[in-house]
Amino acid sequence: MDLTAGLGLKPEHYEQAEACPAAGLWFEVHSENYLVDGGPRLRWLSAIRESHAISLHGVALSLAADAPPDAAHLRRLAALADRIEPALVSEHLAWSTWRGAYHPDLLPFPRTGEALARICSNISIAQDSLRRRIAIENPSHYLRIDTHEWGEIDFLAEIARRTGCGLLLDVNNVFVSAANLGFSAADYLDAFPGAPVLEIHLAGHSRDAALGERLLIDSHDAPVCAEVWALHERLVRRIGARPTLIERDDKLPAFETLLAERDRAHAVLAGSEAIAA
Amino acid sequence: MNTVASPVALARFQDAFSRALLAPDAAPDEAIAGLVVQPAFAVYRNTVMKGCIDALQANFPSVARLVGEEWFRAAASVHAATALPTEASLLRYGDTFPGFLAGFAPAAELPYLADVARLDRFWTEAHAAADEEVLDLAAIAAVGPDQLADATLHPHAAARWAWFADAPIYTIWRRNREQSDDASEFEWRGEGALLTRPGDAVRWTALSAAGCRFLDACAKGEPVATALDAALETDAGLNPLPLLSALLETGAFGRLTVPPHELPERISR
Repeated sequence: MDLTAGLGLKPEHYEQAEACPAAGLWFEVHSENYLVDGGPRLRWLSAIRESHAISLHGVALSLAADAPPDAAHLRRLAALADRIEPALVSEHLAWSTWRGAYHPDLLPFPRTGEALARICSNISIAQDSLRRRIAIENPSHYLRIDTHEWGEIDFLAEIARRTGCGLLLDVNNVFVSAANLGFSAADYLDAFPGAPVLEIHLAGHSRDAALGERLLIDSHDAPVCAEVWALHERLVRRIGARPTLIERDDKLPAFETLLAERDRAHAVLAGSEAIAA
Repeated sequence: MNTVASPVALARFQDAFSRALLAPDAAPDEAIAGLVVQPAFAVYRNTVMKGCIDALQANFPSVARLVGEEWFRAAASVHAATALPTEASLLRYGDTFPGFLAGFAPAAELPYLADVARLDRFWTEAHAAADEEVLDLAAIAAVGPDQLADATLHPHAAARWAWFADAPIYTIWRRNREQSDDASEFEWRGEGALLTRPGDAVRWTALSAAGCRFLDACAKGEPVATALDAALETDAGLNPLPLLSALLETGAFGRLTVPPHELPERISR
């Protein structure tokens, strides 16, 4: 396997990232931060692309909105993908843009047959426009929605079946959602279809004291916790190695600290390869 | 999971959810009444507002430094509640923020704030503008003086400029953008600014009223002679050569076009 564990790339770490020789290392960026006409950001990204594979991870295509994806946004994303030639383009099972307004979050929706049809149509539009297969990520959940007609795993599996898209399995999101909604993260991961999974995400979370509850927030501002590491190993043992990303967006530590987390994920993946071989 | 309630049309759900995020005090649509009462609904409200406010603070650092973080974030939250981003790239969020500040009652004592915000906006636009070679002196020298008069100098894709007649906006902006400790007195007079991006980094320099007028005319596609006439109207004592060389040195121009009939005969044939 070429790509093992990767790191979310932040501007503060551009130089160290570009020079880092770790085996199997790749980087992921939020596509939206590079949807510019020109300038230093694109040049930095192109320079890192010379030495490392890049994955473009979108947070704003709003595929679960009851409207087609924004055509201008898709055009810019397609241009970025043509320029960077990413290892993977991914997005979320969520909505954010609605009636021309962008709500900077990954918003939930009832998983109905109507939503399924719309999301499949939107994913097909995106894949046609980008001329590549994309992967869809399971979001973190905070709200109990009692109008779901589909469970999340079946919903994601059906999307993959109908559109040919892949899935991005975020283990921390499963852990956070399981804690917030009261289900077993291990059971969820055991039931998740392995074949369409193209990438795995690992991240840290936090508690929101202001909400005065036992609510976990998918804050990406802390190291990956022990339980999520254990779930990752369990998942990889079952479905095999998949490129695994350490996500960190806030309270950014030194590059070496992140690289140590990435090396731990690399070891899990390399170990599973050894077992498989 | 089993269905325990009848499904709500996706569009109606999204209308109701969006409204409830931005107007916490309004009565929610019954489609989401069971959601907004959950404490977890605040997670989405907080994340959406924090995303908008963080983006405005990142995009308007000089304004934030001038008024302080607390004041800035309060003003930004008022703006965000009525003007969510219109595109998903938050890098460009805030195109209507300077105009908002101009009409924001608590900012009435700081009448220069909106124009300082305009210069922060210029920085963002220059930073993300399309790549283009910078026109240099050699390109000008290759054109004879007569042809230059009829030629058009096209401002560089990243160049942004403005003249502010009422206040020393450039000095106020620059001291805050550069996080300068310079607290020396400065003259209260009109000032102009030019922002360019000749390489990777955005640069800034003061620009006279005549210089701004010259670039305005160039941007409209006026020939150099006409643009200089406009600049001389603003300042009869203007010496064109130092202005032109300063603009070139700063990277203000991207291309030069010469009208076809002005090309030497041997080339046009």
